[in-house]
Amino acid sequence: MSAYIGRRIIQGIVVLLLVSFIAFIIFQYLGDPVMSLAGRYASQAQREEVRRSLGLDKPFYIQYFNFLTNALKGNFGMSYVSRVPVINLILERLPASIELALVAELFAIIFGISFGVYVSANPKNILSKLLMTGSLFGVSLPTFLVGILLIYLFTIKLGILPSSGRGTTVKLLGFWNSGLLTFDGIKHVIMPAFTLGMFQMALLFRITRGSMMEVLGAEYIRTAWAKGLKGNRVLFKHALRNALIPVVTMIGLQVGQLIGFSIVTESIFQWPGAGNLLLNSLYESDFPVVATYVIIVALIVVILNVIVDISYAFLNPKIRYN
Amino acid sequence: MFNKINQFRKSKFFRHFLKKPLAIGALLVITLLFLGAVFAPLIAPQNPYEMEKLSLSDSLLPPIWMEGGRAPFLLGTDVQGRGIFSTILYGSRTSFIVGFSVVAISSILGGGIGLFAGYFGGIFDSMVMRVADTVLSFSKTLIAMLLLGIFQHSSMLLVILAIVISDWVQYARTIRGEVLSVKEEEYVLASKAIGGSNLRTIFKHILPNSISPLLVVGAVDFGIAIMLEATLSFLGVGVPVTQPSLGMMISQGRNFLYAGKWWLIVFPGLTLMAIVFSLNLISDWLRDEIDPKVKNI
Repeated sequence: MSAYIGRRIIQGIVVLLLVSFIAFIIFQYLGDPVMSLAGRYASQAQREEVRRSLGLDKPFYIQYFNFLTNALKGNFGMSYVSRVPVINLILERLPASIELALVAELFAIIFGISFGVYVSANPKNILSKLLMTGSLFGVSLPTFLVGILLIYLFTIKLGILPSSGRGTTVKLLGFWNSGLLTFDGIKHVIMPAFTLGMFQMALLFRITRGSMMEVLGAEYIRTAWAKGLKGNRVLFKHALRNALIPVVTMIGLQVGQLIGFSIVTESIFQWPGAGNLLLNSLYESDFPVVATYVIIVALIVVILNVIVDISYAFLNPKIRYN
Repeated sequence: MFNKINQFRKSKFFRHFLKKPLAIGALLVITLLFLGAVFAPLIAPQNPYEMEKLSLSDSLLPPIWMEGGRAPFLLGTDVQGRGIFSTILYGSRTSFIVGFSVVAISSILGGGIGLFAGYFGGIFDSMVMRVADTVLSFSKTLIAMLLLGIFQHSSMLLVILAIVISDWVQYARTIRGEVLSVKEEEYVLASKAIGGSNLRTIFKHILPNSISPLLVVGAVDFGIAIMLEATLSFLGVGVPVTQPSLGMMISQGRNFLYAGKWWLIVFPGLTLMAIVFSLNLISDWLRDEIDPKVKNI
């Protein structure tokens, strides 16, 4: 078991190194950091000064090493555009992104799994057929289209939900701005969370259904029925528990997807999160922000993947000894 | 030839197909949309990208059945006076070209890599799988967006490559899984035993027996690639502004949503959805046909 965990952690570190190298290339070789930081009208001497202070006169591997050690200290350089440390820019916006992603994922998990269980238990039902067709719509609708149509319906036509921003936020513990504690904030999160979570919900629904169908055909479920256990008990206690393993894995694997879609969602709803920041930084060629965003996303994805893999090994002994 | 057609008509594949109205409907819709895209210059009432033919007096007309709508603008016009119907026809060309190219390149590249990785195993295999894991844990949208944002100039080719760079992975993984089980089969051992070379074994015996799941992956992927192109163009990092694209139409239409010009968004949106929805239905049906056991996703 510990060998397995160790291997997964080492693999995670390799991935992070690979991503950091790509981020380093973006950071150091795209655009012209000297021009961006010293300004267009700097003299030759001033430019040389900036070049030296950035370490651009050193050989390649030393530059990369410096980049890594700085990154470990949380120092990712200055934004070309706003001229403040990049890490502050991103950390400031991370709570908004995390809250949106959590609400969306929660929505996806609750509805996805409930629908999946319902449909697997009543496959011939009309509602089940509707849900199955609906889930196909769910995976066929592009995120951005869903968001825009929601805004058209609920903001422009009905005027009941706000279409941009987070609304009123409350500061928690001195650093975390939460929008989930005010009524206004909750009103603001509904549409973006639905937009972001819909695809995930459809996916989890289909996987739960498939996995439940498979488990419901197993011998021990037949035994449970034969013992005369009640329907719900068989469904939830015997079947769902075992059917959840692939669902949990999928939730973990989809974190990267969620982050990708969150950029689109944040852009549509003008959500003040890290995804929106990334998009604007790409438009403005603010490469230090882009590079840092890439590293932070990689860190989140790798850590979550390692956690999922480890919990998967706990759930399923077959993996452990492989 | 005639024999072949007859054989196909009698096959299980075809008979099952006739029993699935959804799959037939989906195939009809996608064929219609595809023909519309191919023959856009013949069907479209105007060429929306011929600047001198556009007139600002046609700007923002509603669809023809509403008050103020007029021929030949069936589905209304956008702010520059381009007919929505014509622009959709030309825009879905971009969608189909990107979709086809992505699926073709990814399946050949990914399929090839997966085939060799699965057959030979060893270091190459574990390296490929590590890269695949890494790419899979990030989103295609994010990777494509970063690449295109960093290159800073856009073309359809770059969009295709930016998608392919993360897209080949699923083909590689799918076929590798198949190869791992197929290569233990007796006919493969027999082929090796009679002195068949590795290449001969791979292409003559392993490939034909492990390729069918790629069809399912390909059908889903076609839709995903089209959706991704639309998303990238919507965000402004996709195909250049001079190129018609459904995503770009929606992005431009978004500015007029508050003015109630819904047709700028609804029609391209419906087209996009119809394409992806049909492809998903087709892949669902293919999956049932090829592997009735796997009903996941």
